[in-house]
Amino acid sequence: MTAVSDPQSVAALVAEANDNRVNLDFETEGMTLNMGPQHPATHGTLRIIARLDGEQVISAEPMCGYMHRGYEKLTEVRTYPQINALINRIDWLGSFANEVPFILAAEKLMNVEAPPRAQWIRTILFEMSRVANISLFLGDFGLQLGGMTAGFYAFRDREWVLNQIESATGGRFHPNFDRIGGLKDDLPKGWIEESHTAMDKLLAFCDEMEDLLVGNEIFQGRTRGIGVIPAEIALSYGLSGANLRASGVDWDLRRDNCPPGLVYDKADWKVWTHPDGDCFARTWVRLQETREAAKIVKQLLDTIPSGPVMAKVPRIIKVPAGEAYVATENPLGEMGYYVVSKGDLVPFRVKIRSASFNNISVLPWVARGAYVPDLISILGSLYFILGDIDR
Amino acid sequence: MTLLIASFAPPYWLSTLIKVLVISAVVPTTALILGMVFLFKIMSWMQSRLGPQEAGPRGTLQLLADGVKFLQKEDIAPNGADLWVFKVAPLVVLMSTLLLYVALPASMHLVVADLDVGVFFVLAIASLSVIGVLMAGWSSANKYSLMGALRAAGQLIAYELPMVLAVIGVVIQAGTMSLNGIVLAQNNGSIFGWGGIGFPYILTQFLGFFIFIAAVQAELTQPPFDMPVAESEIVSGYQVEYTGFRFLIFFLAEFATAFAFAAIAAVLFLGGWAVPWLPTASDWYYVLGPMVLFAKVMIVSFIIFWVRFTYPRFREDQLQSLAWKVLIPLALVNIVVTAVLKVVL
Repeated sequence: MTAVSDPQSVAALVAEANDNRVNLDFETEGMTLNMGPQHPATHGTLRIIARLDGEQVISAEPMCGYMHRGYEKLTEVRTYPQINALINRIDWLGSFANEVPFILAAEKLMNVEAPPRAQWIRTILFEMSRVANISLFLGDFGLQLGGMTAGFYAFRDREWVLNQIESATGGRFHPNFDRIGGLKDDLPKGWIEESHTAMDKLLAFCDEMEDLLVGNEIFQGRTRGIGVIPAEIALSYGLSGANLRASGVDWDLRRDNCPPGLVYDKADWKVWTHPDGDCFARTWVRLQETREAAKIVKQLLDTIPSGPVMAKVPRIIKVPAGEAYVATENPLGEMGYYVVSKGDLVPFRVKIRSASFNNISVLPWVARGAYVPDLISILGSLYFILGDIDR
Repeated sequence: MTLLIASFAPPYWLSTLIKVLVISAVVPTTALILGMVFLFKIMSWMQSRLGPQEAGPRGTLQLLADGVKFLQKEDIAPNGADLWVFKVAPLVVLMSTLLLYVALPASMHLVVADLDVGVFFVLAIASLSVIGVLMAGWSSANKYSLMGALRAAGQLIAYELPMVLAVIGVVIQAGTMSLNGIVLAQNNGSIFGWGGIGFPYILTQFLGFFIFIAAVQAELTQPPFDMPVAESEIVSGYQVEYTGFRFLIFFLAEFATAFAFAAIAAVLFLGGWAVPWLPTASDWYYVLGPMVLFAKVMIVSFIIFWVRFTYPRFREDQLQSLAWKVLIPLALVNIVVTAVLKVVL
């Protein structure tokens, strides 16, 4: 049973493993463990080739591309509204958040601004998809560490948010609701009160998770001091989002570099950081982030201005020639679109900067010397979505 | 009717045949009951799900349907497997489970073999299953299997000692290693002269009970100690290559062992098959004994499975440090205190 069929890459792996051998004193014959593309802990089709010494990882190499769908190329033959439906599928758990930076980039090129009501609703839905995404992370991480119940609770309570997203946009997972210059529709009747209830449920869910999982001693034993990423390493590998904040770097695009069109400055909220940089810190920061997101939603719901949800834009959208890069703080980290337009119906080139691809690149560094169970903790806490890695 | 059963004294060959038949019927039944009640229903309720609904009234026959499904599956062995060892391994695990039931008393006389060293026999036999697990892991020719089997073997060192030490407290207090003797000692005992509820040893051996349950959790490879079968790490460990009825045998053995250990805990700490207000010599226990034991088993199983569904998983080395730094010292303290009090009082 060989994990790698190509003899050259086997040779390269063996050479690297020999270089990195951590404990020369107890040298034993190593073993190559192939995790994935079908493995429960890689939630999707990530493949990790781990060189093991006993249960200790000598080197772990993530291999991505099993789910590559060629989105960057596909955008070149699609009009801007069509692209919107496509990029929903990048990070499929927080899909509305994928649309926003692209639409903002297009708006920047066209020099349009969405009316205030649309900006408010955009921010609310953005934060709701963050809540939906990260609440599932909390349960899923528990599931990977063997605590089944947390996973089911997460699926149960995420439903509250998904119902709200569905009733506003018509799509549970892929809303395709954002438009250049505003939104497709206004909110349905009674949505604001229902959303308040849903956010209260989610805040209660966060408390429950703190009791069940994050406060659990076994959980802390499995995550504290495991997979420590110091701040300078995190910065040099280009980590973003909660992974970066858990390493003590106080950096959040929502606060520091919020693109026009999102109204985070209208709500009172806090960016949480944690100095440790270990798996526990990453979980803890995400837990606090879910709470903050729910609070942002609740505050913005109370202050939605009235007015239209769509600015005046031509029926056939032609984006003037130019280049724009807009990045927002997505649930997984910095997500940006670099849009190059030649004044056509379709963009000339779109470069997608998705968070998970950079986040997972730190894995070989952080997994070295860890044990196999710790590798699962590290993988789970780095929190990647396969669609976000492979695009 | 009870008198009729009591006066029934069959010849040796017939009694042996009856015992074999009863045990081979009881083992799968207990596994089915625990699987159905706890794994399907109570787990679902704890996780705010419904659980099986369709097969049978309120889904009660789901496990039977699953069992039939497993029997229909093809019996696949991987290419590189050590075929003979691969096929025998589940049977070795099942054998250790069957042997566990030999010494379990369901009443004074409803026991296959009333051994004088019942406790010792049960604890020794339970470790046999690790041989089957090692065989399965090694012969599967799969790296995940191998890691799972080695983890199981490593785990054995951690939990076996605390388990034995926890039981010693009970043995000291009862003054016997016979399981029936321990039941009698508890139900005929009294608390400072008051015999209203007998003297279940959980009152004095609560520390032993806690350690025993923790060790049982590890023995059964259940969360928080399910490292040998961790799905999210090593994809069900040594079971990963098994299909069809061989997998079913692993499943049966796991749950039947859970039942057996819950029964042992009930016997050691909760007074076994007897209730305090009915004299242990009563003939009623031919009928009542199994029921009382079953009720107590369900209580203990509930604790075991509750923990299983709640906690995340330890790491292998964390189990070792928990066992050697916490459980074993606690068990030793328990033994010393019990021995001193036994002499003083």
